[in-house]
Amino acid sequence: MFKYILKRLGISILILLGVSIILYVLLRCMPSDFVEQKILALATNGVTVTDEFVEKMKASYGLDGTILQGYFKWLFNVFRLDFGESFISHREVLSDIFRADRIGTSFFVAAVATVFEFLIAIPLGITAATHQYSFRDYAVTVLVLIGISLPSFFFGKVLQDVFAYKLRLFSIAGMTDANLSFNNPWDEFKDYIGHMALPIFTVTLLSIGGRMRMTRTNMLEVLNADYIRTARAKGLSESKVIYKHAFRNTLIPIVTGLAGLIPSLFSGAMITEQVFKLTGIGSYALNAMTQGDIPVIMTYNMFLATLSVLGVLMSDLMYGLVDPRVKLA
Amino acid sequence: MEYLYLMILTCLLVLAIAYFVNNKRSIKPSLSFAGVNRSQNGSFTLKLSKTSGENGQTETETTAATTETVEQEGGDQTVTDAEKPLDKNVRLLSPTRMVVRRFLRSKLSIVGLVMLISLFVFCWLGPVVYNRWGEIETERGVFPDYTKEIVYDENHEVEYIQLIVKYKEINSLAAPSAEHLLGTDEQGMDVFTRLMYGGRLSLTISFLAVFLISFLGIVLGGLAGYYGGWVDNLIMRICDVLMCLPTLPLMLIIGTVLDSNGVPQDWYIYLLMGILSIFSWPGMARLVRGQILYLREQEYMVAAEAMGYSTGRKIFKHLVPNIMPQIIVSMTLSLGSMILYESTLSYLGLGVRIPYASWGTMVSIISERTDILQNNFNVWGPPGICIIIAVLGFNFIGDGLIDALDPKQRR
Repeated sequence: MFKYILKRLGISILILLGVSIILYVLLRCMPSDFVEQKILALATNGVTVTDEFVEKMKASYGLDGTILQGYFKWLFNVFRLDFGESFISHREVLSDIFRADRIGTSFFVAAVATVFEFLIAIPLGITAATHQYSFRDYAVTVLVLIGISLPSFFFGKVLQDVFAYKLRLFSIAGMTDANLSFNNPWDEFKDYIGHMALPIFTVTLLSIGGRMRMTRTNMLEVLNADYIRTARAKGLSESKVIYKHAFRNTLIPIVTGLAGLIPSLFSGAMITEQVFKLTGIGSYALNAMTQGDIPVIMTYNMFLATLSVLGVLMSDLMYGLVDPRVKLA
Repeated sequence: MEYLYLMILTCLLVLAIAYFVNNKRSIKPSLSFAGVNRSQNGSFTLKLSKTSGENGQTETETTAATTETVEQEGGDQTVTDAEKPLDKNVRLLSPTRMVVRRFLRSKLSIVGLVMLISLFVFCWLGPVVYNRWGEIETERGVFPDYTKEIVYDENHEVEYIQLIVKYKEINSLAAPSAEHLLGTDEQGMDVFTRLMYGGRLSLTISFLAVFLISFLGIVLGGLAGYYGGWVDNLIMRICDVLMCLPTLPLMLIIGTVLDSNGVPQDWYIYLLMGILSIFSWPGMARLVRGQILYLREQEYMVAAEAMGYSTGRKIFKHLVPNIMPQIIVSMTLSLGSMILYESTLSYLGLGVRIPYASWGTMVSIISERTDILQNNFNVWGPPGICIIIAVLGFNFIGDGLIDALDPKQRR
């Protein structure tokens, strides 16, 4: 077991190295990088820009030298846990990302959405499976397929239009109302929820479909198993058969799927955050990408890649823990 | 108000589809006696008749897996069943026909098929029939533009509503009329016409991307599964690396790189989606590899080996056709997700750019203009609905195909 984990971790490090090389080379291929944009801005303001100045500027951002040199410099710094500082805000990237209003916001939205997703999708999946090919099954299937098919930007905007602009039930966008001052924490909390409700609803609705279909497929598989027939033959009540015998076995893939959720909890929903103008990590990265802020882009993407590598490893390990039939080697 | 109608309509549609699907598709028990089936003339029979003994016939039921390969010829041979040899009594269906049959029996996939066919007809034949406006044609002329303004008299006592008429050169944001069926966008271009041209582009691109993904996935996954060893290891590690790259950020970076290299507008989105396919084949490759690992241990592959077939023939003639069902399902589902990717990229301003149309580009106007978001549903609503219809159509079909192509299916 220990050896297995070590081996997997070793492979993970190789994978992450590969990911970082691809990303870094691509980023340095952007000819209109941050420095050039800045110089262009200076030049249009009438400042004469010498070659010397350009070189100096590039050196100050660590963009001098070849791509290979730059990569190894970046890698060396990463091993010292130095991820550089953002070109835009000139702050340490790590402390910039791991702030309560950045990753905290993204995590809050994702976590609440995930809880709702499970609470809604699993019962739906179970009813669809136990009433297979019935009206209920088809209604649920059609509904969740519509949920999967919604483009997040379109759906988010429709929600914004209906509930924020037209009905004025929730706040339109942003994190807080700038023109309001709060007397007690309860009002502040209400305001926060008012801003978060629509993004959470968007994320939840878009993700219910996949989870529900997974639950339904697994439940159907379990319901066809021999031990379910035995349980029924014993004369157990239907609810006992379904919730005690079938559902518990359906839980195996659901629980292992939890580990696979790790990346999505922290990555931030890029499009949804952009639509609702949240200051989460997703919109932060989107902003960095349009401006060529290399340290932020590298850190964000490597953070995501690390999480997804860990997520896969964790879900494999969970399988070994939850399902006694699976042996890791 | 339009939302209320839209919501009611959607709810009704969902209920109607579910009812339609449920109603027409009565569930027959998977195994039934011959007598029952013969009485329902023309219904799908699920069993083999076999002659034996003096008492005429004994019915033997086939196992679930093989039932559908066999179909009885007609309803009038009750007497002759016993005399006829087995192969005359039954008609074998080719696997393809079986799949088509099962596919068409699922009403959900019919709904999906109808949705997609009507979209295709709309996009490709539409501009031929309705050619009053071009894709990037701006209507110019002199158009009145009314704005209301509230004015007060000197003492701030009486309110007037003043109607100001200005004239503008471009017929922008016109309301739907006979002239412009869905009105015009803020550049004075006909929304209805752009919808058709945008659909052409979105659908074409998604098909191209999916074919490229499948090609790469089948070839690389096939090689990995068939050869095993270091080839497998290498290809699978590349897969791992590519799967860890977050797709949307990656596409944003590549979009900027392409942008600054001056890729011509006409080719931009094709190139972008091509690169997207290069990064998204691992899913398909894993699917193919897993299946081939299983299939190459089967007896018929040993037979193929003994016949001395070439490797290429073994892979592409004997292994790949056997995994075609899974490949087709996965292709159908990824067609939908490719449309979503394309529209998302266009929405972020990386895909097709104004004046050229794609569904995502047409929606993207609302990311900056909240006045259009609130007042001009006819500009951004229809393309969004078209995206949903297309993706939903592919998902319905994929869902039907999963059932139709599953050899373990009993119905």
